[in-house]
Amino acid sequence: MQYLVSVIDDKSNPGSTDRRPAISAFNERLIAEGYWVFAGGLADTDAATVIDNRGEQAVFSDGPFVESKEYLAGVWVWEAPDLDVALKLAAEASKVCDRKIEVRPFQ
Amino acid sequence: MSDVREAIARAHHDEWARVIASLTRRFGDLDIAEEAAAEAFAAAVERWPADGVPPNPGAWLTTTANRKAIDRIRRENKRDDKHKEARMVYDDPPEPVGAIDDDRLRLIFTCCHPALAMQTRVALTLRMVGGLTVPEIARAYLVAESAMGQRITRAKAKIKAARIPYRVPSAEDLPARVSGVLAVLYLVFNEGYLATGPDTDPLRPDLTIEAIRLTRLIRALMPGDGEVAGLLALMLLTEARRTARVSAGGELVPPTEQNRGAWDTGLIAEGHRLVRERLAAAAAGVAPGRYQILAAINAVHTSARDIRDTDWSQVLALYDQLVRLDSSPIIALNRAVAVAELDGPQVALAAVDRLEDTLTGYHAYHATRADLLRRLGQSRQACAAYDKAIELAGNTAETAYLTRRRDQLR
Repeated sequence: MQYLVSVIDDKSNPGSTDRRPAISAFNERLIAEGYWVFAGGLADTDAATVIDNRGEQAVFSDGPFVESKEYLAGVWVWEAPDLDVALKLAAEASKVCDRKIEVRPFQ
Repeated sequence: MSDVREAIARAHHDEWARVIASLTRRFGDLDIAEEAAAEAFAAAVERWPADGVPPNPGAWLTTTANRKAIDRIRRENKRDDKHKEARMVYDDPPEPVGAIDDDRLRLIFTCCHPALAMQTRVALTLRMVGGLTVPEIARAYLVAESAMGQRITRAKAKIKAARIPYRVPSAEDLPARVSGVLAVLYLVFNEGYLATGPDTDPLRPDLTIEAIRLTRLIRALMPGDGEVAGLLALMLLTEARRTARVSAGGELVPPTEQNRGAWDTGLIAEGHRLVRERLAAAAAGVAPGRYQILAAINAVHTSARDIRDTDWSQVLALYDQLVRLDSSPIIALNRAVAVAELDGPQVALAAVDRLEDTLTGYHAYHATRADLLRRLGQSRQACAAYDKAIELAGNTAETAYLTRRRDQLR
């Protein structure tokens, strides 16, 4: 079963910025234990562009699709046998990243 | 005829959780299990009056439910790979029978999974383990039937989509998960013990009795767990005083005024036995958890034939032990009640006043202050505290009691 694991940051109360080495070590472990599918940190939401081409013409808008205090800072995709395993890893991930984590199953 | 009805009611009571649990295990789907179990009980209602009650009702129901489930799967043509893929995960092969290998335990841990919202855990546990119907649960929690139905449906969908496992947690996770299950049962019990809402009966024995029944089940499944024993004892010792707690006029009766002859001696004896069992364990070096300490406090209260015989120093010592374990202000508030008996209302009031910041929205804080101020002869301040308590209290019998107390001061 695959889970999308989102790292949530808060603009008014951001997590610490020195987590990179700890996250790298955690990623090494995810790979070694067979959970790792994909991981990526994201640029600031200011760098996002939303495209809507459902009408006659593509409309571009500058910025994320929803403006909020909390935003997606990075994602993982994990392969785990069940939610308990994913939640246990996510609890560690939250410590390692110093941020909140959302775990959501793929369909 | 009434014998058959009784047999069906008893089978529902005894076998519902077992049927759901074994079907969930076999088909890996709570939805299928729930529907098939309901159909099997409906079949019993239809057939038993004519055919007679089968010698082993549980086996009859399980077999019938299994058949219904297979019928449904065939009907929906779900026996393809897709269905197999959607099966819930459980630890296979099963652990040796004995220890804590019972499908009902798996069911309980799944229904009380921490990834589900607390209210959802309560609803799902009452439905799947307790066998209450959706309308019954909706009535118990004063929500619309459709909303309760949706809550349960969404929970089942999340369990499936997120793959919440169907198993007893690992030894490492077990204490935290058991305490999660006990929190659900205690919540059910407390809503029955002090029901909230202007149109609700002040006591809801349907909920307290159901909570006790489910806690007994967990006790049977995990006889070695001290906190399970503690919670069961706490519930029994509280339930024993139920009928004495509300007057004929619908007013809450405080412990000082309760007719102790109306207490249920059978429940008290059973509760005391459990507390003694835990005391022996504590003497052997097993540190008691909060439910065990709360049960011990209630054992002291129920040991006194008269309120004046209450061993308050014992109560206070237990509260001190509890405070070390759980620094919540509500426990500090209850501790102050024992302090009032030992050191007088003035000392207790000072302790209560220190809790104002955290408890100002809690009716019992104001009710306790009101009582202490009343005992100190400070009528005007006591009245104001009663007003605040009445405003915040959600239980009709408690409101009636507080109102009378306030009016006596005027």
